Amino acid sequence: MSKLGHLGARLIRGEVGYDFIGKRKIWYGISILITITAIVGLAVRGLNMGIEFEGGAVFTTPKTSVSAGTAERSAEAASGHDAIVQELGTGGLRIQISGVDTAKSDQIKTELAKDLNVPEAKINADLVGPSWGETIANKAWTGLIVFMILVVIYLAIAFEWRMAIAALVALIHDITITVGIYALVGFEVTTGTVIGLLTILGYSLYDTVVVFDSLKEGTKDITKQTRYTYSEIANRSINGTLVRSINTTVVALLPVAGLLFIGGGFLGAGMLNDISLSLFVGLAAGAYSSIFIATPLVADLKERDPQIKALKKRVLAKRAAAAAKGESAEAPEPQGEGDDFDDDPSDDEAAAVVGPRNQPASRNRGRGRPSGKRR
Amino acid sequence: MAAPKKGRSHGAQSRPGRTLAFILIAMVALTGGMFLSGHTTPRLGIDLAGGTSITLKAKSEPGQKNAVNQTNMNTAVSIIERRVNGLGVTESEVQTQGSDNIIVNIPKGTNEAQAREQVGTTAQLYFRPVITVAAGAPTPEPSASPSGSDKGKATDKATDKAADKATDGGTGKASSTPTPTPTASATPQGRAVTDALKADSSPTPSAGSSASGKPTPSASSTPDPATAALQKKFTDLDCTDKAARSQVTSGVRPEDTAVACGKNSSGQWEKYILGPAEVNGKDVDKAQATINQQTGAWVVNMDFTGSGSKKFAKITSKLSQQQPPMNQFAIVLDGDVVSAPSVSSTLSGSAEISGSFDQQSAQDLANVLSYGALPLSFQEQSVTTVTAALGGEQLHAGLIAGAIGLLLVVIYLVVYYRGLSLIALASLMVSAILTYVIMTLLGPAIGFALNLPAVCGAIVAIGITADSFIVFFERIRDEIREGRSLRPSVERAWPRARRTILVSDFVSFLAAAVLFVVTVGKVQGFAFTLGLTTVLDVVVVFLFTKPLMTLLARKKFFASGHPWSGLDPKRLGAKPPLRRTRRAPGSPVGPVDTKEA
Repeated sequence: MSKLGHLGARLIRGEVGYDFIGKRKIWYGISILITITAIVGLAVRGLNMGIEFEGGAVFTTPKTSVSAGTAERSAEAASGHDAIVQELGTGGLRIQISGVDTAKSDQIKTELAKDLNVPEAKINADLVGPSWGETIANKAWTGLIVFMILVVIYLAIAFEWRMAIAALVALIHDITITVGIYALVGFEVTTGTVIGLLTILGYSLYDTVVVFDSLKEGTKDITKQTRYTYSEIANRSINGTLVRSINTTVVALLPVAGLLFIGGGFLGAGMLNDISLSLFVGLAAGAYSSIFIATPLVADLKERDPQIKALKKRVLAKRAAAAAKGESAEAPEPQGEGDDFDDDPSDDEAAAVVGPRNQPASRNRGRGRPSGKRR
Repeated sequence: MAAPKKGRSHGAQSRPGRTLAFILIAMVALTGGMFLSGHTTPRLGIDLAGGTSITLKAKSEPGQKNAVNQTNMNTAVSIIERRVNGLGVTESEVQTQGSDNIIVNIPKGTNEAQAREQVGTTAQLYFRPVITVAAGAPTPEPSASPSGSDKGKATDKATDKAADKATDGGTGKASSTPTPTPTASATPQGRAVTDALKADSSPTPSAGSSASGKPTPSASSTPDPATAALQKKFTDLDCTDKAARSQVTSGVRPEDTAVACGKNSSGQWEKYILGPAEVNGKDVDKAQATINQQTGAWVVNMDFTGSGSKKFAKITSKLSQQQPPMNQFAIVLDGDVVSAPSVSSTLSGSAEISGSFDQQSAQDLANVLSYGALPLSFQEQSVTTVTAALGGEQLHAGLIAGAIGLLLVVIYLVVYYRGLSLIALASLMVSAILTYVIMTLLGPAIGFALNLPAVCGAIVAIGITADSFIVFFERIRDEIREGRSLRPSVERAWPRARRTILVSDFVSFLAAAVLFVVTVGKVQGFAFTLGLTTVLDVVVVFLFTKPLMTLLARKKFFASGHPWSGLDPKRLGAKPPLRRTRRAPGSPVGPVDTKEA
């Protein structure tokens, strides 16, 4: 842990760090590749829709001596449709029959109880009409779209529109990847999956927001200095929050992993499993996208801003001049803050520090200058 | 620049003890309230306690664009609720969800098939001729002599018949019930009923049906078994008993002769033997409550459809020639008599029901007539039946999963944050207790029931809650790394961490709120818990974690940066804040000739 602590410190000070922004093209490429794979998988293989979306019945029986094969035959005989039978950890069976309507399922249940030699009252039944899945899916789409609109508005207010756009792209990216993995692996899509997917929305952004927050702070008075470009500060923000991002993701994943393990291990297939599986995939994608996609995108968008462009020019010019003078770029800046008063008064005013002089904002952390007395 | 300690003295910062005391008192109060209310465990949903859950979706009929509206949905809910609870089940819930779904939750111990039968069909409204009326309690002894006690007017008439014991037991007046061979003469009851049964084309013996497979018209005064059965049912029926009422009406088909209960205008139960239905709710075009211009009293006007008015004319022409009580037709909704007006003349296209109505009762009746055959037809979308055993298993698994998740998070926090994790754990505890107590209290308050997805939501929320602590702790550590001592670090870290926590929690809450609004059924439970825990997370971080941190920052163990405190400057790699200006390698655009010193 102390190693991690040290690493955290060095990350924050920018002594070590990975150049996320500089190598963004690589990560964009990787993401585009994954996304294309996901879309192709979706187009070719399609999703394995569960009973909820097809209509049909799922019966769960208590412990029975009848083998899965026998149960399958009797279920097919009773329903006239294909049946899928799984054995559960409890010794019971899970019998899925697709394409039967809710009215017919009752008769099937009665027959199954007879064939499997279990009391009818002890059989759990999940009967789904064909329109149920459609309802859920429609509502989910509605929710997704409403949420996206609201979040973009909110982030545009809380941060700025560029960050809102980047967050939205990251969000779509996460969902596409999750759905793609479902298509490729062939996991069954159930109501639980949809719940999980919709939860990813909030979570995927949670991480992104943490990084954006530090980015916003780091670039508060960016036009008042000529040491770093926006991209460089963005990169430091990512590196600085890296430990936090990893921690929050791990902590979020741990309970979900517990769910997944229990859901899979104890109950066989079921709601717990479905929710946690899609959450797991989505959370991992969300952590990845907030670091490799969202923030670099913000930097990309921001670098197109005339002010930031001008800043970059100045920074580069200054560095070039420094290099020409043979001066070390590391030389400390003059203490005066007014070394770049020639530029336009930026629209983001300094923090409210009372004083006639143009003092540095008290929390100008992106500047790497000490802001506290050593004690 | 020097960092003068800014005089940010918010209550939470200057008086951490007070805030802590406040939240602890609130917690104790809530918990006390929970024990006082007698509910110490959250209400469990169908999938954890066992039972049946049915989701219905309203289908809007073509040509009725706006039929699926709040009013109609609420009407449907109350009708379905009447039916389901009529099964003698207590605590079944019927509620609307979203704009066009109705969820029916029936706890275990009910005949699921029977319940579904009740729920799945649209409400049934029938007009049946009245054969016999009696007070609602079981008739003491069927007397064999026809009592000529005049039942007077229909139940809606303002005659108080509470004391009227028409022991019509075995005989009663004969009626020419609308049978293929109506007779205007008085015939023994048995005969009349039997004749009525003739109209029964294909009787199905069922719990409530008195019809025998083969009605044997017997002119003798000895009633045939079917009639006897019906008679017995009528005699034994106790209308004041809910279970008996529902039992007697279940499974009755419109073409059978039926026994039914209804309340008269003075609120007393009465029981009826009713002939086969001649007109049904679909024949009613519309009904409305109006004030009769002549009498100034509230009346209900019914308009019939084309075919309906023909049928109605037929039935009323017969009834109007009868003696009371046989001149009444009962308006039967889902087996219960809502009104039994008497007929004085042949009516066709429209009819006026008069009686001792006030505005409310007239409107209620008009609603029943208009919506009795619901304006909405419903489609069964999903039916889930969970046995108590499986429910218990699922709950068990959910709890174990939660425990494991919590344990993993705790281990991680302890390893990574050492002493600081104490604060995180205490905060998690407070969160957990608050969540549990609030969920429990919400059961009786708003009918919140914990279902499996809700348990999932609570487990997932462990992560969200712990994330807030991580954000805060990491901020504190950042400040320490910059060379500050602990107390100023805490005060400086808080405003920034606070903003991050608020923004990210708001996003989570937004997701939960949107989910809650647009979804139905199970998903809602999940969204609800997620939203609740997010709000609680903010509350706990603000009112508990932060003040606790402020307090503990004064303790030597933390302030001195003990190696086990998780705040050891050395371990965190705090440096004397010299100017480190190592540039981040590689600038994104173009070659930059930087010189590394």
